[in-house]
Amino acid sequence: MTVPDLQEETAAEESAPEKEKMVLVAASGDLDKAWPVLILATTGAAYGMDVTIFFTFWGLSILKKPGTGITGEDWRQKMMSAFHKGTPDGLHLSKLHFAGLGPSMMKSLADDKNVASVQELLDLSIQLGVKLWPCQMTMDLMGLTNDDLIDGLDKPAGAGSAISLMKDASIQLFV
Amino acid sequence: MADTTVDARNLQCPMPVVKTAMAINEITSGQTLELIATDKGALSDIPAWAKDTGNSLKEQFEENDEYHFIIEKA
Repeated sequence: MTVPDLQEETAAEESAPEKEKMVLVAASGDLDKAWPVLILATTGAAYGMDVTIFFTFWGLSILKKPGTGITGEDWRQKMMSAFHKGTPDGLHLSKLHFAGLGPSMMKSLADDKNVASVQELLDLSIQLGVKLWPCQMTMDLMGLTNDDLIDGLDKPAGAGSAISLMKDASIQLFV
Repeated sequence: MADTTVDARNLQCPMPVVKTAMAINEITSGQTLELIATDKGALSDIPAWAKDTGNSLKEQFEENDEYHFIIEKA
């Protein structure tokens, strides 16, 4: 790279102010937690912020591809995925779950009231450039592979990357 | 008359803000956007969003239970 090239590059970097950062940690696979996470993420993107969501533990189940079914190799992983299948449409309610009756009531109510669904907000997040980071350790723990997760995700990452990002972010939330 | 209109009627939070932000990216500085919303939350969300993103809220009025916001892109 020549000196003028370098100078040009530096000038370009200086002229574009760095975007404010927002980091959300989605640690819950509950419908009533996934919803606000994605509402805040899309709104942060609407504010022109550089938004990243780090999906860990049950939160990772939000990113499971519809129709994934039972995942993992180990019987314990299989059992856990059978009881908590995840996917945006298969999330449980933290209260009033009633074997799935609660979430269907909540979803039909949201539909009547024109509240965007978790699936719609997830699609919108990707469209708005929100970065979706699956937690590598959770993937290993639960026996999930990239093929079990939706497309459009960033590379799996760990706590180190999350902290590095949060250190410089003006908003960091653990949900 | 605004340069572009965003119809966010019947849509709930966060859609009025998100749709406004998406539409503002499509216009140039100095052009205006009219948002029509029915979400009561937009009454506080839109002025907050405009203030924080540097776009100016030129006018705001209510007509037939619909909220209109005229925003000029920074």
